[in-house]
Amino acid sequence: MNLTQLPASALVSLLRRGEVSSRLLTQACLDACQSLDSKIGAFLHLDAEAVLTAADAIDARRARGEPLGLLAGLPVAIKDNLCQKGVPTTCASKMLANFRPPYTAHVVERVAAEDGVPFGKTNLDEFAMGSSTENSAFQKTRNPWDLERIPGGSSGGSAAAVAGCLTPLSLGSDTGGSIRQPASLCGIVGLKPSYGRVSRYGLVAFASSLDQVGPFAHDVAGAALLLQTIAGHDRRDSTSVNQPVPDYMASLETPLAGLRVGVAREFFGPGLDSEVEQAVRNSLEVYRSLGATIVDVTLPTSPHAIATYYLVATAEASSNLARYDGVHYGHRTAEKTNLINLYCKSRGEGFGAEVKRRIMLGTYALSSGYIDAYYTKALKARRLILNDFNRIFASCDVLAGPTAPTAAFKLGEKASDPLSMYLSDIYTISCNLAGISGLSIPCGFTASGLPIGLQLQGPAMAEETVLRAARMHEKATAWHTHRPTLS
Amino acid sequence: MKLTEDQVRWVAHLARLDLSTPEITALTPQLAAIVDYVDQLAQLDTQGIEPLAHALPVHNVFRDDEPTPSLTVAEALANAPRKLGDCYAVPAVMD
Repeated sequence: MNLTQLPASALVSLLRRGEVSSRLLTQACLDACQSLDSKIGAFLHLDAEAVLTAADAIDARRARGEPLGLLAGLPVAIKDNLCQKGVPTTCASKMLANFRPPYTAHVVERVAAEDGVPFGKTNLDEFAMGSSTENSAFQKTRNPWDLERIPGGSSGGSAAAVAGCLTPLSLGSDTGGSIRQPASLCGIVGLKPSYGRVSRYGLVAFASSLDQVGPFAHDVAGAALLLQTIAGHDRRDSTSVNQPVPDYMASLETPLAGLRVGVAREFFGPGLDSEVEQAVRNSLEVYRSLGATIVDVTLPTSPHAIATYYLVATAEASSNLARYDGVHYGHRTAEKTNLINLYCKSRGEGFGAEVKRRIMLGTYALSSGYIDAYYTKALKARRLILNDFNRIFASCDVLAGPTAPTAAFKLGEKASDPLSMYLSDIYTISCNLAGISGLSIPCGFTASGLPIGLQLQGPAMAEETVLRAARMHEKATAWHTHRPTLS
Repeated sequence: MKLTEDQVRWVAHLARLDLSTPEITALTPQLAAIVDYVDQLAQLDTQGIEPLAHALPVHNVFRDDEPTPSLTVAEALANAPRKLGDCYAVPAVMD
């Protein structure tokens, strides 16, 4: 097997034993990008010289016998809404086309501190708003399993980069499913940590009560490794939770005795593709065969989750994106005009259609006369959604179901119908509203060879349980060992 | 109640977004469909339910008021589209 096709856990062993240098691995990833990324379109920015310099520095420390951090020289691609000092950070928006942040995000600092090589910036839906990565102002990203199809989104570049074996690990962000859905559609593992588990310092804000940064990897061990790297308290994010980080790696191989897997009947309603349903039901059988108990649960508020989400997220976005004013940083209109028009023109020129749509919806939901019917009502629905989860996690340890209602759809298929695009987030958004943990693991393929994902959700701060439950499934199956054929 | 183009123009003004006439024409039915969809929340009984703005029971988080290094003026202004000396430049707001 080619080096770039190995999972992160195997590569770390090779790096630690000195059988592979970080330079050799990083160069192999650069070569893979050179030959494949013109087709996939995962990266917006990749500075070969800078990543090789970082790899060499790690190799030099290894040669001196210095202890290496958790990542031991592994390349980690970074979603382009995470700041890296002096490196373009565009959020795939014309608004930030020339922005170079004066500081580095906490998670990127952590990657570097644990001897990872920050490996380029990946494509996304503009400001992380979308489910297909088609909303990027710069390029389309294609699904490595079928280049006519979308990789999911908004972290489509990060997912496609791992699935296409361009990097063993990557970071994404998840506001309503933006890590789990592309992981599902690209046949890899993607984890959204609980709200507060990972610092958002340096993550460009979309919806601040929902956003979390998390890992992509080929397997559960890789996701655990990168979560271990980035989790923990950071005083620069006041929502960062000051609780000890468990040793995710140490417990991963220990199956959970007496595991109770919850299955919500609402997850198997209309709109769920039959092949996806079959794969998920097969996964439940895997758990049953491992001795787990399948528990029937209900999430009665879940039919209202999308409406709740698209009010809360857009309201927060309309407020967060008010900072793009054409004055402090970002695009400024060339037109000579007064101050108010400078704001309006700069924003009208700098933002793409989906970002405008969401700013408009959020502004409407917060506007005088409508705030009670929309925003405040959504916040009440949000509490009911949280109550649903609190209730079901008294009777099960994890909740299992599909990550996305269908496998990857074709480019352009939903581009003209924003509402149908929003509906593709149906299984992932409640997790963000409730602040709990969730992950997607590969659990099968459609007849036409497209990956299918199984979502496991757990209570807040229960990443260890979710990862161990995921590993039990992974150990009993081989879906995570498949790689797309690209030439 | 269907969202109208005039309402969309008003919201664009509130959002300080300059939208062209074709954009308003395209956005109005899209936003109307989304608003229709989210109107389903009206059917949800939320009598006596406290709004939840945030999933964590975190309130104000304070730290000691210790001076620490911050961005230099040059760093802070490095991304400014227009500057004047050590300041951001904006069109005159008073005659």
